[in-house]
Amino acid sequence: MHNRRWEHLEHDADIGLRATAPSRERLFEAMAEALTALIADPKDVRPAEAVPIHCEAPDDALLLTDWLNALIYEMAARKMLFGAWHVSIDGHVLDAVARGETVDRARHKPVVEVKGATYTALSVNQDSAGTWHGQCIVDV
Amino acid sequence: MDLNRLRQDSEFAWRIPAEAPMTVPGILYGDREQILQMDDKVYEQLRNVTLLPGLVGPVYAMPDAHWGYGFPIGGVAAFDADAGGVVSAGGVGFDISCGVRLLHTGLQAADIEDAKSALADSLYANIPVGVGSEGSISLGPESMRDMLEGGARWAVDQGYGCAGDLERTEECGCIPGADPDAVSERARKRQRREMGTLGSGNHYLEVQRVAELFDAGIASAYGLDPDHLVISIHCGSRGLGHQIGTDYLREMLLAASDFGLTLPDRELACAPIHSELGQRYIGAMRAGMNCALANRQIITHLTRAVFREHFPQAELTMLYDVSHNICKVETHVVEGVARELHVHRKGATRAFGPGNPDLDLSLRDAGQPVLIGGSMGTGSYVLAGTADSEHRALSSACHGAGRAMSRRKARREYGGRQVVDELARRGIVVRSPSLRGIAEEAPLAYKDVDRVVDNADRAGLARKVARLEPVVCVKG
Repeated sequence: MHNRRWEHLEHDADIGLRATAPSRERLFEAMAEALTALIADPKDVRPAEAVPIHCEAPDDALLLTDWLNALIYEMAARKMLFGAWHVSIDGHVLDAVARGETVDRARHKPVVEVKGATYTALSVNQDSAGTWHGQCIVDV
Repeated sequence: MDLNRLRQDSEFAWRIPAEAPMTVPGILYGDREQILQMDDKVYEQLRNVTLLPGLVGPVYAMPDAHWGYGFPIGGVAAFDADAGGVVSAGGVGFDISCGVRLLHTGLQAADIEDAKSALADSLYANIPVGVGSEGSISLGPESMRDMLEGGARWAVDQGYGCAGDLERTEECGCIPGADPDAVSERARKRQRREMGTLGSGNHYLEVQRVAELFDAGIASAYGLDPDHLVISIHCGSRGLGHQIGTDYLREMLLAASDFGLTLPDRELACAPIHSELGQRYIGAMRAGMNCALANRQIITHLTRAVFREHFPQAELTMLYDVSHNICKVETHVVEGVARELHVHRKGATRAFGPGNPDLDLSLRDAGQPVLIGGSMGTGSYVLAGTADSEHRALSSACHGAGRAMSRRKARREYGGRQVVDELARRGIVVRSPSLRGIAEEAPLAYKDVDRVVDNADRAGLARKVARLEPVVCVKG
């Protein structure tokens, strides 16, 4: 959970997620936290239930949208929110566990549901200092 | 937007000239000020659309256009399948067949004045809204298939409405050619408990007062009188549509090189209409459209039950139901020749003019009602398709106000409680599960809908008929 940062980007219709982290795994975790933060405060989500997630993609950028879309799907189908994530990546194969709980409308005060992660302004890259950067626009 | 990159065709039409590698021009509708205020991203995204194969005629941006993903929101583009044309999952978006349904109530504003709060409470209690809400209808595999094939017609057969509702719904409530087998298991799972739910974001159910008429003749044909109360339902295909968009965007993106397509933006993921993938997406998208029509039909049924309880004399009848995120096969006359085209409208409303054979006979003289949603504190509009609509933009008009600021900025500028209190002072009762959501949807976070609609009218895209003011708003 350390040395990673995320923020929400300005976008006219929708909203962007942007994060930096010392590794690809921590970057993907930060992006997941930014995603939950669109809906509710991640700190209010109890890690009561673990959901395994597996994604494979041809490159890092597509792996990021696959990861975010997998989280969006699990949240929608299970009526859950996630507040903790552990991501492992080998090449372009991701295995993760997302932990969270069923949406509690009184406690979580959920703001908006996310429809999907888009390929617009999508990027994942590592700078010369070794820091990983990622961003993605999501449709709400 | 930099006007130097555009050529002005008229006071309300601006052209991106077709310079190589563009194959067609782009046309933006709006007055000078509106175009100036549009983000440069709208230019960039509209220009990107002109690079897709098989386009017929210009691509268009409506007066409410803003930066989207792939297509600009408010974008219209038509493709000829036989000329190598494509269908684009990104050109339809995630919220397949999101649209607006307008119902008459037979009530006057004064009839509900003393019961507004109780009515708002009942609507909020009975119509599932917001994140985590579930409908009372759970669809098993067979009923899911029937719903995806039958749309609002399926819903009416299940007892959620009457045959008269279908006559006033686009395509009589059922889009032919849906292919449930092209819809993934994930999409079905996402939808299982979401029938009859409004969703969140800019989706809403509003009770509105007819505040002003601009065309008495067409208003009369539509049954709109001053102070008459109507109900506006704005929502789409829920989780099913979102997942269809997700599934096919990815598949089309990965298959693009196999089709020899070079995508100017990955979000413009598309496939030739005549390909197996293109046909499969069209089948899935049509199933998504039916899901949206069934969803609005069920919400109509729930709304009727609430009104029966509070106002037994109310009669909730359909004015119209039309979608604004779609790709449909339509015949349009282009340069004097009738052509069958796949018309993408992403955040744009179909606007068929008088005489169009696809309109119900009761609407054929007046033209199609074009339903425009504003923000919760401003107004909504009813427009009518005109004889000019086809020539201007393939019978398309705007779909709403369009956001003026991001959700993040709106949250910084406004408090949810402040917005609710301000609207209450103006006699507008709001119910929502999220104050932060209300802040993000604050009226001033949207563009001036009056100006958007004025310019749609002046540009000849559709004719202004009536302005509607919110009285009760249930928001996700």
